[in-house]
Amino acid sequence: MSLERSDVEKIAHLARLAVSENELDNVASDLSNILDLVEQMNAVNTDGVTPMAHPLHMSQRLRDDAVTEDNQRDHFQGVAPATENGLYLVPKVIE
Amino acid sequence: MQWETVIGLEIHAQLATQSKIFSGASTAFGAEPNTQACSVDLGLPGVLPVLNKGAVKMAVKFAHAIGAELSQRSIFARKNYFYPDLPKGYQISQYELPIVGEGQVDISLENGDSKTIGVTRAHLEEDAGKSLHEDFHGMTGIDLNRAGTPLLEIVSEPDMRSAKEAVAYARKIHQIVQYLGICDGNMQEGSFRCDANVSVRLKGEEKFGTRAELKNINSFRFLERAINFEVERQIDVIESGGEVVQETRLYDADKDETRSMRTKEEANDYRYFPDPDLLPVEFDQPFIDAVIADMPELPGDRCDRFEQEYGLKRADAEAVTASRAVADYFEEAAKIAGDGKLTANWVTVEVAGALNKDGLDIAESPVNAEMLGGMLVRIVDNTISGKIAKQVFEAMWQGEGDADAIIEKRGLKQITDTGAIEKVVDEVLAANPDQVANYRSAEEKKRGKMLGFFVGQVMKASQGKANPKQVNELLVKKLAE
Repeated sequence: MSLERSDVEKIAHLARLAVSENELDNVASDLSNILDLVEQMNAVNTDGVTPMAHPLHMSQRLRDDAVTEDNQRDHFQGVAPATENGLYLVPKVIE
Repeated sequence: MQWETVIGLEIHAQLATQSKIFSGASTAFGAEPNTQACSVDLGLPGVLPVLNKGAVKMAVKFAHAIGAELSQRSIFARKNYFYPDLPKGYQISQYELPIVGEGQVDISLENGDSKTIGVTRAHLEEDAGKSLHEDFHGMTGIDLNRAGTPLLEIVSEPDMRSAKEAVAYARKIHQIVQYLGICDGNMQEGSFRCDANVSVRLKGEEKFGTRAELKNINSFRFLERAINFEVERQIDVIESGGEVVQETRLYDADKDETRSMRTKEEANDYRYFPDPDLLPVEFDQPFIDAVIADMPELPGDRCDRFEQEYGLKRADAEAVTASRAVADYFEEAAKIAGDGKLTANWVTVEVAGALNKDGLDIAESPVNAEMLGGMLVRIVDNTISGKIAKQVFEAMWQGEGDADAIIEKRGLKQITDTGAIEKVVDEVLAANPDQVANYRSAEEKKRGKMLGFFVGQVMKASQGKANPKQVNELLVKKLAE
């Protein structure tokens, strides 16, 4: 399976990655190679094998439902570029 | 042309946990902005999510309540998109292997029939923060207190055929999650949100039409109106030769219309993949059994029990079990009163009416279940009549004390002394010789109605305190003499 330049542009945009015009062909080719490897693996018969969701053969530990975190707003907002009235400020989002 | 409406609902129920789904920050509503957003909720580098057991238990309860299959193994996935109120750039949700599989609920239709609506799945996920679009010098304010609050997203099959059915289904789910105590159901505060997928097709057509997803609906009334508006809009589009576009539309309650969100097409390309930070969730049968053992009685079961145990009619049993709070109120009062039917009548008519008039919730009722039960006992033991009880109820509502105190203070005790009633009956008969003569010469079948006049006079003369049954008996006896 091979990816076109336009596929790469779309994926890059969705992931908000800046891929310059002259990198597109190389990235498309690299990603296509990865997909080829996946194709190869797809050829293996996996009947009766449970799809793997995680490389560790363990299940999720659960936490008791209790509040354990204090308010550290000032601390966290110390590194934010802009805040006001306790809110983080971001460039205007227009829906 | 005959059109058919097809509706599926996606309901987001905020789970009533103390802490967030993947962190130990509080989920309490109404706190100062960002005071309940910890490093996990903010998606700071190096943090790891740890799943809240309380949220998992609530999902198990829901699965059991709708007879759904519970996945013994479920996985969390990342749903990737960029929006400022989603700090990580992805929402942790479930895609393949959701925790709750297929289930179903029965809804009652207006004509009294019931209909089964399929639930496709329900999955756990985290809520996003809130964007405040008021003007902050041309910027948007972000409050992340809500980020990471556990949600159970309940997805229905496209089984509903009218706005009314959609509302009945949404109410049913609302009732179930409230009964289970897994969601407070507050639609105004956004703890219970409904998105509706709506499409139309010609009657008899098998294929579904193109659907629009309606968002921003924060009451059952608006759900019905938004769907009805959208159905009309889609029919207009098709009948005038156009095509319905698959899109998300926002409902505007002020204008009572839906309008396109103008979101770019790519917004739905979420590139889900299993979240490497979270292991598969697995639980054993003892865990499930313990959760189920801890479940409260469900509305349907309670309704059946009320029918049998208290001898209620189906409609009354449904009315008093509509919410857990009302059902608890009814049951407490009925136990004291010792008469289920009488209690159901009072709860659905007088109590509901008074609450409605004062804009109160049952939990805020000035007359609590114990007080109501205490008054109903006095009807049952003939201390007061049903009519006088209305006065007593009104006085209790105004805070004048309990029923016995009011009956005593106002001298409302019913007269059951036959001699005393007879005296009043005699006076009434003596004062109305013409009516007495008319009654005696009337045909048997007309007498019933005429008797009412005398009963009314006696009740009036006794200030409503004479026992109506005894008054009737005495009048019939004396008029026959």
